Amino acid sequence: MSKVKKTIKVIKINADLCNGCRACEVICSAFHASPKYSINNPARARIRVVFDPVKNVYVPVYAGGYMAAECMGRDKYVIDGKEYEECAFCRSACPSRDAFKEPDSALPLKCDMCEDDPPQEEPLCVQWCLADALTYEEREEEVEETEELDDLETGLKALADKHGFQNIVDSVARMLQKEEV
Amino acid sequence: MRYAETGFNLEIDLSSGNIEKVETDPKLTELHLGGLGTNAKIMWDRVPPEVEPFSPENLLIFSSGLLGGTPAPAANRTIVTTISPQTRLMAYSMMGGFFAPELKFAGYDKIIIRGKSPSLVYLWIKDDKVEIRDASHLQGKGSLETSEIIKQELNEPKAQVASIGLAGENRVFFSSIEHGRSSASRGGLGAVMGDKNLKAIAVRGTKDINIARPEEFIKLCNEVLQYIQWRADNPIKHVPPILAGLGSPQEMAIHDEQWHTTAFSWGNARYRRKDFWTEEVEKEWTKVQDGAVERLISCYNCPMKCGAVISYPTQELSKYMMKCYSKLTYVMGAMADDLEFGFRIAGLAQGYGIDGFSGPQVMAFAIELYENGILTDEDLPGFPSDNEGRFFYLLEKIVRREGIGDVLANGVYWAARQIGKGAEEYDHNTIKKHEQIPIKLGMLNPIFFLLLSTGEKINITQIEGQLPQAPFPNPEDRKEFVKDWIQVPSDTIKEFFLKWEPRGEYAFPFYPDFQTACELVEWQETMHYIDDAVGLCAGLSSFPIKPPYHINNLPQIISAATGLDIDRDELWHKIIKRNRNLIRANNVRRGLRRKDDKPPQDHWKKRFPEYEAKLLDEYYKFKGWNAEGIPTKETLEGLGIGYVGEDLEKRGIYNNEQSEENN
Repeated sequence: MSKVKKTIKVIKINADLCNGCRACEVICSAFHASPKYSINNPARARIRVVFDPVKNVYVPVYAGGYMAAECMGRDKYVIDGKEYEECAFCRSACPSRDAFKEPDSALPLKCDMCEDDPPQEEPLCVQWCLADALTYEEREEEVEETEELDDLETGLKALADKHGFQNIVDSVARMLQKEEV
Repeated sequence: MRYAETGFNLEIDLSSGNIEKVETDPKLTELHLGGLGTNAKIMWDRVPPEVEPFSPENLLIFSSGLLGGTPAPAANRTIVTTISPQTRLMAYSMMGGFFAPELKFAGYDKIIIRGKSPSLVYLWIKDDKVEIRDASHLQGKGSLETSEIIKQELNEPKAQVASIGLAGENRVFFSSIEHGRSSASRGGLGAVMGDKNLKAIAVRGTKDINIARPEEFIKLCNEVLQYIQWRADNPIKHVPPILAGLGSPQEMAIHDEQWHTTAFSWGNARYRRKDFWTEEVEKEWTKVQDGAVERLISCYNCPMKCGAVISYPTQELSKYMMKCYSKLTYVMGAMADDLEFGFRIAGLAQGYGIDGFSGPQVMAFAIELYENGILTDEDLPGFPSDNEGRFFYLLEKIVRREGIGDVLANGVYWAARQIGKGAEEYDHNTIKKHEQIPIKLGMLNPIFFLLLSTGEKINITQIEGQLPQAPFPNPEDRKEFVKDWIQVPSDTIKEFFLKWEPRGEYAFPFYPDFQTACELVEWQETMHYIDDAVGLCAGLSSFPIKPPYHINNLPQIISAATGLDIDRDELWHKIIKRNRNLIRANNVRRGLRRKDDKPPQDHWKKRFPEYEAKLLDEYYKFKGWNAEGIPTKETLEGLGIGYVGEDLEKRGIYNNEQSEENN
């Protein structure tokens, strides 16, 4: 397979520099409002600052993927003697918590790096973080060209991984026969 | 659709437990904006002068400002208003932090509390759900502990909490309402909250705040942020480092405290220690501060890092948060040379919830009385011999109202009169019965004379700003300074500054002329009143030199957010003037008169009684007030609040101008 170039967008989070002002949440929710900037509501933000001042804990976290089910277990991190809450570093919208869900519909939210036309120089949260806890980097990476799978193929691939390809084929054949009867 | 504001207030009656969500009249926003302006209107309408501070009829209002919860940087102030038990006037202290925006997101502009709960309770607001909950398990808990316990028991880590400590519960006249490292501490608001048996308010909101003209508004917000960044690289020259930047004085970040420690007074506002700041002190204090400050922190949506996480304990927690000058008030009040003492006692005092300005002043006053034989060992059994120990001793007595603490808990003015035996002589640093920042200077400053005398927030840092505190000796430096001074309302102010000299014809006290002095004072005051109505922090607006928010961009910012078309004239000469006069009228109705409009008695060594009287005359005229400092009927009529004048007239206030002593 041939190699292709891909732009990797990175928001670098320096939690030590976070001042806990939540400007990132503000501008994120305003930018993603429709029309743009017409609404402010941090509960709609695709970034949130996990903070616990009396433990000196400040962690900005971005919304990542949607999870239909919550994890089997939870974890707690202790770093430099500070204990972080369960799920503090997790980017998922999942049933176990309110984060990264639209407050009205509970639909999941995901960071889109502020896609805009014309494009923004940097995601808005980075622009509004004057504390420099958030900085933006882009780099080009050479990656193997992969064929994009469509939804059906993704699903089938997951089934094949679990049951074996032959079983899938046999099942499909059986189902076809029943349909014909 | 309502823009910037939610259009709803929450009305809570703690006596009956009744809770109502009430839609507000949009006309009032046009007339008063919001925040302090609409608070003053509510106080006028609903709290007549017969209502005592500790009466169920007294209101306690927690208000956001009009811009609170919008993306405008630093629009995060909560304006708390009530009748003060100490001054017996309308008190309107405010706090930063996260409370007001969260209240807005829950769907309310204000919480208006009346009545008195039969037992200790707290209020829990989550969007449309509002509950009055039992707080008996929080009795005596520190303010920060209370906040932590509530968030935990509700399982709401994102709730914002405002709470009182033991001092508020015991109705100490200078007790505060605490919220993280922010506090509404002036005027004894915590005592009114305690009297209402309200330990805390917790709020969490997930609703929208709408902006009327989004593109224009966000562009203006971005300009504010860009200016903040530019100012970070371009500090003001020729002023002390602590005044060169934006924000509250950056005392968590800056170690150089030469200005505060040598220019401000120590003890009971008595002694200047011009030689205090030595290399040795600087080295020691830097070490202590670096050891104490774990992180610099901000309020909601503000890039300034005025606060810090402090690694000293409060009542039960191992850390607390602090901002600004309270690291020094206890140190200087106790004449302690040790900054560590400041961090230790401030955490404890914040937990108990007392004002970091008044608290140390009251304690220093008590020590002076003891040293002069007016208070004795009988009053102060087991009084330690060292000042640091004495401060801890007094703190515990005051917050519990134990023994002499019960008297001292009423503040310097009232305590002096209760103690008698000449104690009144030691009450030399109060205005309108309220303890002041300990500054003692030489030559009368006519601008500060008017600000101190007539300011009704009764706290100089909350009414002055933007003007360098001393002239630049070199005329070339002045020229350079005014070149990019875009924040001034007129060239008069630039001309004043260009001519202003440390000595001679163009020096204080007779420079500037009356008219210019009045304009300078009104400009400074107006900027604060705008901030207080829209909920902006003075640290990015009315207080520092060359701030990002100013009279020339605020009308447009407010208009873009709200959709109201407010120009500079409407904002300044109509709305803010209306608010200013309404507050004045509230207090006039409570007995405030010319005799109360004076600075601390020994603020300056060189005084000019006749000239000062003339200054006050001219300023009153400039404001449209009569010789007693009462807004005239014509002034009030012209501002569209003629009903206020009619009320004053009906009460005979215009006929019998000299009020009885109002206490």
